[in-house]
Amino acid sequence: MMQSVPMLIVIVPFALLFGVVAREAGLDIAQVMGFSVLVLAGASQFTAVQLLSDNAPVWIVILSGLAVNLRMAMYSASLVPWFRGTSGAQKTWIAYTLIDQSYALSIQHYERHPKLTLSQRIAYFSGTAVAICVPWMCASWTGAVLGSVIPDDIALDFAMPITFLAMIAPMLRSAAHLAACFVSIVAALAFAGLPSGLGLMLAAPLGMATGAVVEVLTEKRKRA
Amino acid sequence: MENVSDLTIWFVILILGIGTFLIRWSFLGALGDREMPQWVMRMLRYTPVAVLPALSAPLVMWPAATGGQPDLARLSAAAVTMLVGMFTRNIILAILGGAATLFGMLYLLA
Repeated sequence: MMQSVPMLIVIVPFALLFGVVAREAGLDIAQVMGFSVLVLAGASQFTAVQLLSDNAPVWIVILSGLAVNLRMAMYSASLVPWFRGTSGAQKTWIAYTLIDQSYALSIQHYERHPKLTLSQRIAYFSGTAVAICVPWMCASWTGAVLGSVIPDDIALDFAMPITFLAMIAPMLRSAAHLAACFVSIVAALAFAGLPSGLGLMLAAPLGMATGAVVEVLTEKRKRA
Repeated sequence: MENVSDLTIWFVILILGIGTFLIRWSFLGALGDREMPQWVMRMLRYTPVAVLPALSAPLVMWPAATGGQPDLARLSAAAVTMLVGMFTRNIILAILGGAATLFGMLYLLA
């Protein structure tokens, strides 16, 4: 649990911001908590709120929110060998709290200590998950309450784009990531004239495909 | 969000919640050790860096607050956020850098 503390420095302000921004966008406190408890995934919560406030069609809001979370299928796959023999109920609980931070901490811990028993692994995961998810929910609520007292004339309109960019920047680790990002920006700007959200549905797959292609090319060059 | 009903918002929350859970549960709960085609896993790796920039780019270029006119304060805030984020790899520092630039520039340009 102690190892989760550095993560909280990011999680807590981020959740506060979600609460504030979602309230500004017109959600009530129950809806803010609905997002933070039922969805429990920062990037997709921000994505959904942004698209809802753009009046995008519901199917685009849902598809985009889910697309941002597709990476978690990778996390799920990479945890399979570590949780072999876990009961169905425990797997349900692990899946519900499988977020970037609980995944990153746990997988590092398991690789560093391969001799842990299954119950030790489950205990470690549950510890990090609780230590991160509970503050996420509490800080969202605090942000939502604060959101209603923040004066309207502060330029909060730009909080959402800045948050997205701040999430993207640390992810640009490789040429493939940079290329994916670049293509999706160019495509999104080029398709901006299309009805709300449609450009995103075209630009995102183009970016993903670019990333995958560049990755294949880089691997080939390494082997050659 | 004026035209969006409460029911619609709850519908989005519910479906996103269920869908996100199923994504997280997929391999742990149902697919197990089954190998997915390599190209699928490859595409998954790039979803966040493709979806989030596509969402942000138009918001940065044509902000709603200025009636869709490109705005120096917001463009510089976006650039500073990206630079701080790329160099520090810290989300909160990047947000603070961007916010400071935005408010600083809005003050200077006013």
